[in-house]
Amino acid sequence: MVSIRDMPKEELLLPGHAACPGCGAMIALRYALKALGKRTIMCVPACCTSVIQGLYPHTSIAVPVLNIAFAAAASTASGISAGLKARNVEDVTVLAWAGDGGTYDIGIQALSGAAERGDDIIYACYDNNAYGNTGIQRSGATPYGAWTTTTPTGKKEHRKPLELIMLEHNIPYVATACSAFPDDLYMKFKKARKIKGPRFILILSPCPIAWRFPSWSTVEIGKLAVKSGAWVLWEYHNGKLEFTGWSKLIAEGKLKKIPVIEYLKHQGRFKPILKDEKAINEIERRINDYWKFMKALKEALK
Amino acid sequence: MVKDHIILPVSKPTEGSMGKTGLWRTFRPVINYDKCVKCLLCWFYCPDIAIKIRDDGYPEIDYCYCKGCGICWHECKVKAISFVREGEEVG
Ligand SMILES: Cc1ncc(C[n+]2csc(CCOP(=O)(O)OP(=O)(O)O)c2C)c(N)n1
Ligand code: SF4
Ligand code: SF4
Ligand SMILES: [Mg+2]
Repeated sequence: MVSIRDMPKEELLLPGHAACPGCGAMIALRYALKALGKRTIMCVPACCTSVIQGLYPHTSIAVPVLNIAFAAAASTASGISAGLKARNVEDVTVLAWAGDGGTYDIGIQALSGAAERGDDIIYACYDNNAYGNTGIQRSGATPYGAWTTTTPTGKKEHRKPLELIMLEHNIPYVATACSAFPDDLYMKFKKARKIKGPRFILILSPCPIAWRFPSWSTVEIGKLAVKSGAWVLWEYHNGKLEFTGWSKLIAEGKLKKIPVIEYLKHQGRFKPILKDEKAINEIERRINDYWKFMKALKEALK
Repeated sequence: MVKDHIILPVSKPTEGSMGKTGLWRTFRPVINYDKCVKCLLCWFYCPDIAIKIRDDGYPEIDYCYCKGCGICWHECKVKAISFVREGEEVG
């Protein structure tokens, strides 16, 4: 693990961007760029980040960025990667950076294609659990029970386990991360950078606006997500699966998982189900199932 | 005349691409340097890159761009940062 003191001080995300105060996605982008460095080309589809960049003729992102159509993050990245290959450029990382709407729902076809073709790209999805930029509509990433403008009584379905779908594509690197753990996230991007082929990183990015919590709680909420087991930090590389950070401690029995209600109760979006015991049990059941599956998978891949 | 090239709008990396975002602030984080232990947790978590590290190793808030989210105040382990309403003094 890298300490705060050893973290590179160069910033490729510049101050004065347009994100809401306390935006978890920007903590993630800041550290992803620290890890990948200047020799990076980004493709950003329609999402909060495309607004956060700022207004023409200025941008807050100090690497080349292509702004592209909603469904096209992975296919654009594939094209750039092919172009670099044709020119024999080998030291540039191609990063597709998209939201959960643009990945779980709208971009999955292009992403799946890039993975199947073995294209040399990193695809990072910052997952704020909703279509944030257009005012909080439900997505395939929105968790069970969460309010959005299109699920006013709480979402009735669980989220799609996109990270497992990507793992099943048999690509060299898949990881989950969380904005509350920038050091863990940094290490994962650093590692991914050195690997060839399709790499996928899914980042839980607490959003004060969509999740309804005060802007100062972004890091705390992300920590509670991991501590409650609702979000699991892991990494798949060389055919092996490892839990990381606090999730590793939980898996080894060194850290006790807290009840999920401790994570849910600080977020206004779970108000519709907070007093509904059946719904809370359903969320706990899903968390336990996910953990059971991941532990069995780790054993099977040993 | 036939155009043989495409003109694309290109933005240049600039601090303050959305202006002085410090103007958005309603609450202001203030570092008490008598308490600060230079752990840099505030610098580490700031989503707005609004904390600089001084030559002497202490963090310094750039009020031009700090949006006053309060993450630095909330995460500081030694309570060296206070969070006050804009226009009011540190109490
Ligand atoms: C084809 C198309 N449909 C709809 C939109 C409108 N739109 C722009 S951003 C956005 C939400 C994106 O959500 P997500 O991918 O989760 O990113 P976030 O805004 O949450 O960062 C939508 C619906 C669009 N730009 N293009
Ligand atoms: S809506 Fe959420 S994810 Fe989007 S910029 Fe605001 S805080 Fe960040
Ligand atoms: S209040 Fe928020 S934006 Fe301002 S310095 Fe602290 S963490 Fe950064
Ligand atoms: Mg989103």
